[in-house]
Amino acid sequence: MSSSTSVGDLVSQPYKYGFVTDIETDKIDKGLSEDVVRLISSKKDEPQFLLDFRLRAYQQWLRMEEPDWAALRHPPIDYQEMIYYAAPRQQEKKASLDEVDPKLLETFEKLGIPLSEQKRLSNVAVDAVFDSVSIATTYREKLAEHGVIFCSISEAVKDHPELIERYLGTVVPSNDNFFAALNSAVFSDGSFVFIPKGVKCPMELSTYFRINSGDTGQFERTLIVAEEGASVSYLEGCTAPMFDTNQLHAAVVELVALDDASIKYSTVQNWYAGDENGVGGIYNFVTKRGHCRGDRSHISWTQVETGSAITWKYPSCVLQGAHSVGEFYSVALTNNRQQADTGTKMVHVGPHTRSTIVSKGISAGHSSNSYRGLVQIGPKARGARNYSQCDSMLIGDQAAANTYPYIRSQQPEASVEHEASTCRISADQLFYLQSRGIGFEEAVSMMVSGFCRDVFNQLPMEFAAEADKLLALKLEGSVG
Amino acid sequence: MIRPDADTLLEIVDLHARVEDKPILKGVNLTIKAGEIHAVMGRNGSGKSTLSKVLAGHPAYTVTGGSVRYRGADLLNLEPEQRARLGLFLGFQYPVEIPGVSNLEFLRVSTNARRMEKGEEELDTFAFEDLVRERLQVVQMDPAFLERSVNEGFSGGEKKRNEILQMALLDPLVAILDETDSGLDIDALRIVAGGVNHLASPENATLLITHYQRLLDVITPDYVHVMAGGRILRTGGKELALELEDRGYDWVDQELAVLEVA
Repeated sequence: MSSSTSVGDLVSQPYKYGFVTDIETDKIDKGLSEDVVRLISSKKDEPQFLLDFRLRAYQQWLRMEEPDWAALRHPPIDYQEMIYYAAPRQQEKKASLDEVDPKLLETFEKLGIPLSEQKRLSNVAVDAVFDSVSIATTYREKLAEHGVIFCSISEAVKDHPELIERYLGTVVPSNDNFFAALNSAVFSDGSFVFIPKGVKCPMELSTYFRINSGDTGQFERTLIVAEEGASVSYLEGCTAPMFDTNQLHAAVVELVALDDASIKYSTVQNWYAGDENGVGGIYNFVTKRGHCRGDRSHISWTQVETGSAITWKYPSCVLQGAHSVGEFYSVALTNNRQQADTGTKMVHVGPHTRSTIVSKGISAGHSSNSYRGLVQIGPKARGARNYSQCDSMLIGDQAAANTYPYIRSQQPEASVEHEASTCRISADQLFYLQSRGIGFEEAVSMMVSGFCRDVFNQLPMEFAAEADKLLALKLEGSVG
Repeated sequence: MIRPDADTLLEIVDLHARVEDKPILKGVNLTIKAGEIHAVMGRNGSGKSTLSKVLAGHPAYTVTGGSVRYRGADLLNLEPEQRARLGLFLGFQYPVEIPGVSNLEFLRVSTNARRMEKGEEELDTFAFEDLVRERLQVVQMDPAFLERSVNEGFSGGEKKRNEILQMALLDPLVAILDETDSGLDIDALRIVAGGVNHLASPENATLLITHYQRLLDVITPDYVHVMAGGRILRTGGKELALELEDRGYDWVDQELAVLEVA
């Protein structure tokens, strides 16, 4: 095989979204203290209950230790060297998109997320978050006609404080873990979705997160509530510029599904991953959890994780309502020096709850990719069922794949199945495809997307093709 | 069919190749013209499978000397996929399984790669389905196999039929069939051979690599070559294969020993 097509070279495609938008930013001084928490809250003009929530979380965080159980290595994070609030300088959120700084609109357009009336995606409503604030949300009026609330969480705090007070922190308590506590203290923006009783959300909802500043952490907070019989499909996308320093991203996502409600949450994560030597890139420490609070409710997580220097993320479901269903479909790709420790928790509380886990890990280069999952069946979860499938694909001979499945059952009538496999893209498979006229890169990408098909099938149509392309791009140069 | 005025498709001159540090091919000479069917016979380890892999461009084999011209142009500096697009086909002895990749999609992508090279239009999914259903009959294959992953869970015979189906779709000029008869029962052998005979034409050529006479009972070669020690020791007509069947390979070993001393 000629050197141009060695699998090793195939992966090193430059990161397309590494540009920085030159825009005046309102930043606070670096470092974290109670004053900083109060400052963030006052900048956002928040009600007392939210300030109290933040201050309690801050006190809890001070007493917590950074977790060290994940199969991840990184130099210590200095939380005093970081900026906790950065916002593009504009007076306040504009009523109309025409008033938004054109530079920001241009940034999102470059990222493939046009926001303006003429160009925006049909049938997908988008909330665009730039550093710490939401700059625009499309299709709000159309959604409002159906009673659907889709706005930034800051606006929701102003316009629907009762909903925020009722639901915020009820799925991920502020002392849940170190990063959730940090987020609860300093979260800046994110999306809020509320689907009232009986409403099927008429379009896909989507939030696009962009980190722009080099020394800023992004701490977004997303809350989605689906009332009885409501349903929604939501997609999150993320990118960041290339810096040779690491930026911390510590998000919290909470989902609440009442009786017969259904929430489908999909993520295509493409944060900057650092260069081939592991310099720079996002540290992604994220807590995502869904609460199937009502009977027959349904929460489904689908994630395609391709970026970040470090990924620490376990989108989970607490299955409380009887006959509720939790699902987790994941593709995690690591290359170069990337590290991912990702998986899920399915906590079966109610009777006849069901969960499905399908995890596909792809490791190339010198990367390390771990699946970590917990299936817990409580004493009242009679007739609970879980099926887990964890497959790993290795590309090259320097990458590592690990699987850490934990199963705890206190219910003799539950059924738990776990299947795992590891495969390698073999030279013989590649040669076979090539000998049928299929180019080397296309052959790799066919095999990788074949491997991921079970997960891609879960993504909304428009994004499945996107995810396929993204993986192919990320793997360019990795097989050899 | 031997025609003196036929175009030369493949011209192998003094070809040497090794795998890792081990020399396997030690000077192969072979010329194949349009319309001809050649059979290369020999014991295990004689180099006949290596010859097929080298011609198709397998990365594990390194050519250390000699030349191969395909329709007058150098073959050896082409990537495997370019060779395939230009009409060189290798039917594998052990076709690999590719889980997750749909057989139908795979066949369509490869067929289109070849068609584009020939200057024909790309087939969309519907046009391709029509074509593939017609070509399935060449190997009497159940359309259900199209819906599965490439070769995954196929029996030995089904894998070989899938190889011949690919050959029928790719319409090669030179088809190299490596031990296509191995692992086939007599019915499957008849179907596969029937497919090969059906596809043979005055414009293309076939190179059969085999151990046994039984494939040559159903596909009649124009030339039989006996390979040993990485070289072609003797070339003859179809009667040479019968002679091998009769006398075994011991005399080949003796001839080779004499050659290697010299």
